[in-house]
Amino acid sequence: MSKTYYNSEDLRKFGEITEWSEELGNKFFDYYGKVFEEGALSAREKSLIALAVSHVVKCPYCIDAYTKDGLQRGITKEEMMEAIHAGAAIESGATLVHGVQMMNKYKKLSM
Amino acid sequence: MALLKSLKARKSDLSKPENQLAFLNNGIFKEGKLPLFKDKIAETGNFPLKPRKLEILQLNLGYMCNQVCSHCHVDAGPDRKEIMSRETMLQCLDVIRHTKAHTLDLTGGAPEMNPNFRWFVEEASKAGIKDFIVRSNLTIILANKKYHDLPEFFKKYNVHVASSLPFYKREKTDKQRGKGVFNKSIKVLQMLNEVGYAQEGSGLKLDLVYNPAGAFLPANQGGLERDFKKALKEDFNIEFNSLFAITNLPISRFLEYLIASENYEDYMYALVDAYNPAAVQNVMCTNTISVSWDGWLYDCDFNQMLELKVNSKVKHISEYNETLLNNRQIRISQHCYGCTAGAGSSCQGTLD
Ligand code: SF4
Ligand code: SF4
Repeated sequence: MSKTYYNSEDLRKFGEITEWSEELGNKFFDYYGKVFEEGALSAREKSLIALAVSHVVKCPYCIDAYTKDGLQRGITKEEMMEAIHAGAAIESGATLVHGVQMMNKYKKLSM
Repeated sequence: MALLKSLKARKSDLSKPENQLAFLNNGIFKEGKLPLFKDKIAETGNFPLKPRKLEILQLNLGYMCNQVCSHCHVDAGPDRKEIMSRETMLQCLDVIRHTKAHTLDLTGGAPEMNPNFRWFVEEASKAGIKDFIVRSNLTIILANKKYHDLPEFFKKYNVHVASSLPFYKREKTDKQRGKGVFNKSIKVLQMLNEVGYAQEGSGLKLDLVYNPAGAFLPANQGGLERDFKKALKEDFNIEFNSLFAITNLPISRFLEYLIASENYEDYMYALVDAYNPAAVQNVMCTNTISVSWDGWLYDCDFNQMLELKVNSKVKHISEYNETLLNNRQIRISQHCYGCTAGAGSSCQGTLD
């Protein structure tokens, strides 16, 4: 059997983190649950945001969870892919905007 | 993917109910990773599960169907020849005339394919049942000229049509139910609207039934209904009354799919995770009796497919006795988790 750091079955055990720190664990899960309820944003919109962020932080558990959540909510694959592009665009923009820092430094150091 | 043949015609091991039940009792449940349904409902004092008041009499007119949907819990298809005979129908009519149930629910397969369907609807409608539901897969109405006038026929007998539509977009519908199913379903929904279904003041009810097209659970019924209403109105000018979201139960062809796609364990975990003790008291078997094409009595259509006959002295429509039946214990297994997930669901959709 090959060993991997990520094991899809571990997602089911997520709740167990509470066992080693009950108060903080419970606080986290309460918060988490509350965040994804219907609010000023719909639960559907928040599911798409979660999917995009899952990709940006590259969490395989979250990607599995929010792909399934999207399917359950009737989110289409086109919507899911666009959400990921929104995340990816911000991520690459965040890299590229640092180019200004590089340019500033370059100019300062150059005669 | 839609299939070409039933499990039975393919001589699949899973076509045998005892193999499905063995599968549902073994693995993660036998190893104790997940609790048995019976132990789960015992936690809240619901074991043994007993019926409340009988409200719905559901008759399965046969397993023949023009479609072979991949999720079908009936394992229906054109190759299934089990069809309710006129003799059994006469026995049913006798029961319908005396039952305290207020709803009659005809299902299949495609119930319209039973050669005695129209005669039976005419006779049954005379019995003064309050709500008379026919579960239609829609496409049957376009499958052959002889079915084209069914919308008018339904209207004449004030039949409440409950029709399945897995999504308001083509791709997912066709994947689950077969190529072309979406376009045909849309056409038939428009035909039903035209004769007055779901039109204000007509009193003609048209509901949609949604099953997820894959190994996931349905989301909140209200939200889905809003999305379906908006999309069907904007794209196709279709109206309907209510949408019922139904969880796929891990039996028959859906079980086959879960196993083949390696989703079985995750799906069972998801069902158990979503277990809602409040839903137990309202599962379909607590207010329904299901009758098979050959007249046997079951707690629900799912138990019928698993050949779990009612646990009562009375087992056949010919010896029907409502008082005795109401004292029975309902037969359960791990498939029942499909009825208690989230808000809970049954053939009537999410339970309120
Ligand atoms: S239309 Fe209904 S009965 Fe026919 S195969 Fe599909 S799910 Fe089964
Ligand atoms: S599968 Fe049938 S017996 Fe089991 S809970 Fe659902 S309705 Fe009741």
